[in-house]
Amino acid sequence: MNFLILSLIKAAVVAFVLMTTLAYLQWIERKVIAHIQLRVGPRRVGPHGLLQPLADVIKLLTKEDLLPSHVNKVFYFLAPFIAVFFALIAISVIPFGTEVNLGPVHTAMQLTDLNIGVLFILGLSGMGVYGVALAGWASNNKYALLGGLRSSAQMISYELPTALAIAAPLLMLNTLSFRQLVEAQSGYYLGFIPRWTIFQGPVPQLVSFILFGIAAFAETNRVPFDLPEAENELVAGFHTEYSSMKFAAFFMAEYANMVTVSCVATLLFLGGWQPLWPAQYGSNFLPTAMFLAGAALCFYHGFHPARSFDRITLPAAGVVFLGIAVVFLIPPVAAVLLPLFWFAAKVGFILFVYIWVRGTLPRFRYDQLMRFAWTFMFPVAVANLFLTGLAVALS
Amino acid sequence: MDSILFLIFAAIAVGCGLNLVLQTHPISSALSLVGVMGSLAVLYLLLGGEFIAMAQLIVYAGAIMVLFIFVIMLLNAGGERRGRKRLWAPWAGAPMVAAIIGIGAYLIQRAAPRTAEVTFGAFQHGNPSDIGTNLFENYVLPFEITSILILIAIVGAIVLARKEIE
Amino acid sequence: MPPLPAVIHGPAPLSWYLILSAVLFALGAAGFLFRRNIITVFMSIELMLNAVNLSFIAFSYKLGRNDGHIFSFFVMVVAAAEAAVGLAIILTVFKNRQTLEIDEVSSLKN
Repeated sequence: MNFLILSLIKAAVVAFVLMTTLAYLQWIERKVIAHIQLRVGPRRVGPHGLLQPLADVIKLLTKEDLLPSHVNKVFYFLAPFIAVFFALIAISVIPFGTEVNLGPVHTAMQLTDLNIGVLFILGLSGMGVYGVALAGWASNNKYALLGGLRSSAQMISYELPTALAIAAPLLMLNTLSFRQLVEAQSGYYLGFIPRWTIFQGPVPQLVSFILFGIAAFAETNRVPFDLPEAENELVAGFHTEYSSMKFAAFFMAEYANMVTVSCVATLLFLGGWQPLWPAQYGSNFLPTAMFLAGAALCFYHGFHPARSFDRITLPAAGVVFLGIAVVFLIPPVAAVLLPLFWFAAKVGFILFVYIWVRGTLPRFRYDQLMRFAWTFMFPVAVANLFLTGLAVALS
Repeated sequence: MDSILFLIFAAIAVGCGLNLVLQTHPISSALSLVGVMGSLAVLYLLLGGEFIAMAQLIVYAGAIMVLFIFVIMLLNAGGERRGRKRLWAPWAGAPMVAAIIGIGAYLIQRAAPRTAEVTFGAFQHGNPSDIGTNLFENYVLPFEITSILILIAIVGAIVLARKEIE
Repeated sequence: MPPLPAVIHGPAPLSWYLILSAVLFALGAAGFLFRRNIITVFMSIELMLNAVNLSFIAFSYKLGRNDGHIFSFFVMVVAAAEAAVGLAIILTVFKNRQTLEIDEVSSLKN
């Protein structure tokens, strides 16, 4: 029964953190896109717009839930649930760090360590397409139907390069459990080059990392592959007819898929929570240094304010950063937080690239998208897999 | 616990299977089939077939059924129309199906050894590495033949999709 | 809470899996015979294949070997090939006749 209670607590914590991340990811996206486009982004609700996600949630909850006429009611209601269910359940096999030891409780920072974790994620990503396809079909709207058709064709096409790109590092590491994958990437060449899969011999998996990254954009329907919801051709694509919480469900599913894909890329290619350089060169002090620098920056701008409210908000943020910097120096806490920091830093970097690409690249045309998948990504992925297999067999 | 899980997912599988047969619109049938496949994947897990359960989700539910749904959505032909003369057929057929199932179940129950029971975790050869070892050591030829079959299917599908029949 | 009956609480007999497989196979056969939409008929065949896969896995459990898993893996591969060709045929039929009813695709009948 202890196991049950522990699992429930872990599930609650993971769900809370994931939901908060999803809400704030959207805030970060709006801020980053705004700064790329030389705007300031949301800043009306709360200091620097920090309460904007909360306002959005309240807005979406209280909006009228429209039911368009002539929709297929069962599938119209089912589709957002399917989308959000398969997007959220994937997080259950993702490990976030090493182990937590709180007195008598020893537990891994992961909901469950499946020995087929990678296959599980692949299976769930394959099921996610039903939400989008059904939403498009059930809405009884030609734009929605086109969006649904596009997305199912796109997701089937890009699943191939994704699976092939994932297979190459798996050949080298020889396991399907995420935790063992990360453990197989520990250590350093020459004392400072990390043995992450993108650097590890016999074949550094840089190519499959890039392929996986590109395919991930298509799998999560993000710019430049957001054809299923291309707003200047299809109004809003498969979720044209959705409003209120059902629209929010699709939105949440998209961001949850982004987080999952970033986590998988981190675990497979970037060594999970293994630090970038070894601890004897001071990698353990990086978070402290970063938060100290952040605190210094906040204090500097707080005392030279550009806007009147910066006088209060920025020093407050600086004090918080100082506190976090100190927390990372307490040894028992640091042992838990350091792997978490490295994992979050890598996932955050990939998520930032997602947003960066959205702010930079235009959308593909649909035939270009398909041609790219079948004539470029697929052959390159096969060649990379073949090369890796050959090298692994010979070494 | 094994029995409870089996009963839950067997009930889902049979319910979805019935729905597949009874629904008139193909998209409802397709989703019911996905439900059957999902619950069968859980039953495979109970039987220790980890790899095959995930292959079921990825290949069957994730690729083949998406293709079905894609075609149904593409054609958008609507539900099945009522037959003119064969209204009696389901009413005569349903008891026969039930009778066949009953007889089959009785025979299986009689023939199966009493002691054979399924405990989760008792079967340990369903992991991907064992399957791969067996597949590439003992079943290489069938494996290669299926790859040729797939190739033929791809070529056939492309030819069929391109060809304009007069 | 009253104790659950031993039948429910313990491990499931292997015969239950085989019976489930038989039930699903019968449902698939019934769908194959009753339905007139080509796609539904096709899906009934898939249901029968799935039922067969379940008995493969169940027997493989009983024998303690994973050959059954490999057979069902091959079944999946064949089903994928069949779906690709079959759906292409269905698309062509629909393009030429604008119908999915098997009764109406009967130009060889007379």
